[in-house]
Amino acid sequence: MSSKAYDCLKRIGDVIIENKDFLTDLDREIGDADHGVNMARGFEAVIGKVPEDQEDIGAAFKTCGMTLLSTVGGASGPLYGTAYMDSGKVLAGKTSIEKEDVSAVFDAAIAGIQKRGKAERGEKTMLDSIMPARDAYNEAIAAGEDMIPALEKACEAAREGIEFTKTIHATKGRASYLGDRSIGHQDPGATSITLTLETITNFLKEVK
Amino acid sequence: MKKLINQVDNVVDEMLEGMVAAYPQYVKRLEGLEVLVRAGGSQGKVALVSGGGSGHEPAHGGFVGKGMLDGAVAGAVFTSPTPDQVFEAIKAANGGKGVLLVIKNYTGDVMNFEMAADMAADEGIEVAQVVVADDVAVENSTWTTGRRGIAGTIFVHKLAGACAEAGGDLAEVKRIAEKVIANVRSMGMAVDACTVPAAGKPSFDLADDEIEIGIGIHGEPGVNREKIGTVNDISDKLLDKILAEGIYNSGDEVAVLVNGMGGTPLMELMIANKHVHDVLAGKGIKIAKTIVGNYMTSLDMEGFSITLLKVDDELKKLLNAPADTPAFVQV
Repeated sequence: MSSKAYDCLKRIGDVIIENKDFLTDLDREIGDADHGVNMARGFEAVIGKVPEDQEDIGAAFKTCGMTLLSTVGGASGPLYGTAYMDSGKVLAGKTSIEKEDVSAVFDAAIAGIQKRGKAERGEKTMLDSIMPARDAYNEAIAAGEDMIPALEKACEAAREGIEFTKTIHATKGRASYLGDRSIGHQDPGATSITLTLETITNFLKEVK
Repeated sequence: MKKLINQVDNVVDEMLEGMVAAYPQYVKRLEGLEVLVRAGGSQGKVALVSGGGSGHEPAHGGFVGKGMLDGAVAGAVFTSPTPDQVFEAIKAANGGKGVLLVIKNYTGDVMNFEMAADMAADEGIEVAQVVVADDVAVENSTWTTGRRGIAGTIFVHKLAGACAEAGGDLAEVKRIAEKVIANVRSMGMAVDACTVPAAGKPSFDLADDEIEIGIGIHGEPGVNREKIGTVNDISDKLLDKILAEGIYNSGDEVAVLVNGMGGTPLMELMIANKHVHDVLAGKGIKIAKTIVGNYMTSLDMEGFSITLLKVDDELKKLLNAPADTPAFVQV
């Protein structure tokens, strides 16, 4: 039987692959029309590379990150690659996820993305979804909520983050070349990170 | 989508195989990798490694050879190559005198090449890098990623490559590359968009009488959409923006590159070039060299870009030095 770590990554991969054209179409509006194609190629490789019986979530995430780094290319490769590798570090040796782990993964992933992309919140990037998601998660946990409801609030904040990216112009990445013409379009990276978060949340809901 | 391809997933692999089959005297492919290096191996001089997404042919593999590049890394179409591929190119090209990475200013390219540079430095290889950002269509401000690197990159390959071939050390080759970058500016336009094979549809839609001014080389939309005019009018728009940089003044000498985007007849490029010469002559700007053709393309995009490089005696000597590569030969 395959491990939960593998199943979770496989599920993320399936969702990314299902949304390949959607993500690519979003990228066509304000970028270079390859986000879905590149991410799908990366996750096809991830599904083949992560051992099905890998129980160690940290090790599975690390393999996922390294595979994305060497197969995706573009900006998404280093960004998602680093996010998964750095998340893998804080999950090393773990075979299940507790609420503190989720906070640590948010922190590690965000720090990794910021280190590579040198971006801040409000620049129309994936950070505009994942950073509010982290805040919503931590707030819910601080208010005494359990992991799954807190994650659902995080997903809601991530979706609001996507909506927010429609209202601002990009100052990072290829969309920044469009100036005000990027307004009105949602950021593909914010979208793919939200899909990822929703998938992880649904997965944890089922296995918990 | 109508394309002369076999399978979408194989376009880069088959293109590289075709390059090697066509130019075995110039290039060889690193086994299992999307990297072309000089057929004769590393050259015992400072090595130049460049690359980027595919779809810009002949860039970058077409410029691997004497007097230009030592290694070229090909990513997926319009997608930066990954760090492991760039790292292998650095190792293979390294002739013991260090490696200069010539990077075009895109978020992904810079990230992937920097990660590769870190990996190489960990192995004790001396690596330096320059980032080309010649596209004046994009304002250089804190509000953008900075200007894009487009066709002006060819001049960086040419002049820094000549410096390396002449025995310049890594610091010297980097200085020349930076001097070229400081003096080169470009701007492009499209009559029609390109179609990325994996996407299957044009990257943007233009009406029959519309053009896109200020496009990049990846099918990304430009900064302005307008009604088409004559090629002289369009060239004026591109030149005005380049000349407004204040770099090119009466009495200066420049190299000109009129670059096709892949789907533009040479006839039209020549007509544009005639006008560029007329305008520059009218401004008292001398032309040291003119290059017209498809050098930094964007698949099947129909359009062109204009690049000016201001040259002094030092740069002129490097500009006129011999080069022998698949896509650029100068005796």
